[in-house]
Amino acid sequence: MVSATPLVMGHYQYRKAKNLLMMGLTIFATVITLIPLFLILGYLLYKGASSLNLAFFTKLPTPVGEAGGGMANAIVGTFELVLIACLIGVPIGVGAGIYVAEHRGSQLANAVRFAADVMMGVPSIVVGIFAYALVVRPMAGFSSIAGSVALATIMIPLVTRTTEEMVLLVPHELREASLALGVPRWRTTISIVARTAMGGIATGVILATARIAGETAPLLFTAFGNRFWSTSLTGPVASLPVQIYTYAISPFADWQRQAWAGALVLTGIVLALELGVRAVTGGQTRTPR
Amino acid sequence: MADKIQTHHLTAYFGKVRGVHDINMNIQENQITAIIGPSGCGKSTFVRCLNRMHEVIVGAYAEGEVILDGDNIYAPEVDPVQVRRRIGMVFQKPTPFPTMSIEDNVAAGLKLNGVTFNKSEKEAVVERCLKQAALWEEVKDRLRAPGGSLSGGQQQRLCVARALAVEPEVLLMDEPCSALDPISTARIEELLIELKANYTIVIVTHNMQQAARTADMTAFFFSGDLIEFGETRQIFTNPDRRETEDYITGRFG
Repeated sequence: MVSATPLVMGHYQYRKAKNLLMMGLTIFATVITLIPLFLILGYLLYKGASSLNLAFFTKLPTPVGEAGGGMANAIVGTFELVLIACLIGVPIGVGAGIYVAEHRGSQLANAVRFAADVMMGVPSIVVGIFAYALVVRPMAGFSSIAGSVALATIMIPLVTRTTEEMVLLVPHELREASLALGVPRWRTTISIVARTAMGGIATGVILATARIAGETAPLLFTAFGNRFWSTSLTGPVASLPVQIYTYAISPFADWQRQAWAGALVLTGIVLALELGVRAVTGGQTRTPR
Repeated sequence: MADKIQTHHLTAYFGKVRGVHDINMNIQENQITAIIGPSGCGKSTFVRCLNRMHEVIVGAYAEGEVILDGDNIYAPEVDPVQVRRRIGMVFQKPTPFPTMSIEDNVAAGLKLNGVTFNKSEKEAVVERCLKQAALWEEVKDRLRAPGGSLSGGQQQRLCVARALAVEPEVLLMDEPCSALDPISTARIEELLIELKANYTIVIVTHNMQQAARTADMTAFFFSGDLIEFGETRQIFTNPDRRETEDYITGRFG
């Protein structure tokens, strides 16, 4: 005779309880992680939204004591700095990333990967000093191009590493299929490998852009800041992070309010970029499509 | 029948490890030559040597000669890219280019090789190759759909069409049916027999029935050596070598 196994066992209750406990702990940890995010966003909205108006986006800063004015020059300046940094940083970063991924194991590729890892760990203020020595000193003055060089220096290793990861996700079979058609290696790399990894590479570029848009330290003594309209490449230019910093540490209530508004706008720009990533990749940030 | 490809003392290495050893084999024009043998015996390595795809793997190289229409493709002045345009290849896993539509996949080899063509020329090539690959009827209404949207069997036939578009003389097929169901497999086999009128075909297969059904000539490889090579009927009914008989009767090991 076969004796039936009882369907309900004591051990099952214990497992269910353990599962519930672990689930609770992970949910708790998630909430703790998200609290600062929502506190920051909420507080920014609370403090900044009241100072936001059309003038903030269209007007120049006013002298102390005079009400109104805005950060139009800093908003435009930030876009200028980031755009030029992208023009410098994206081709170099993407090119280096593709090289490192396609020539895995070569001495140069290992050196580039190591250099990129080290560069990612360099404090951004040090990057600022680097751009100061490289551009500001020879040009004998602060300039937006110096600020862009500093931002590009931060951007390059980020783009290099994400590009490498995305290119490595492209199945080896696709390269072979292309080579077997008699397509030269360089053409395979550009038209098949890079093209297939494009979504992922674009994600990496946008995330790096979001990162440099918020950088303050490397701009302090490169782009410097400017209270007036300037988009000149060779002159100092205003930027949101530096403007926020200057206003926030000032003793004037008007300026402090403007700083909150600026912080809200900057966060909005970064958030928009990150949402752009999701639109590009359809929510997937890892798989190349 | 004329020899399309002859190999002389072909030996392939992966770094210090030898993949295949001293292969001398004549592959005849407009025939299907099947390569059979257990996993790891060097079948794939051998066919990859025939269009210089072996050396794509880091550290891999080959010694000896592969003569294509009288010219050694391993001669130092030969550009491997040109070799691959004359000897096409279809792989085990279907590999349509994921960023391209069905028609662009077919035209990819031409386009990436810098061939310029207008819209009607492209359409003609796409239609001819898809018809040759017996896929036209199934996809003619959705040529702009992504190549990845097809079923596995259709994808593999798309890869055949893509390989045919560059007008190779030889088609190497490395286990083209191992990821396919029996119906898709049957379609590919019919296709091979149709194609042999115009192409020389070498097919690597784990499926001995497939070799018996399709191939004119069959080669049996074992641990990197060519054990026996002859007419398919003879290999399967009256092999000369004991190892061949053991393998085809399933008594191996």
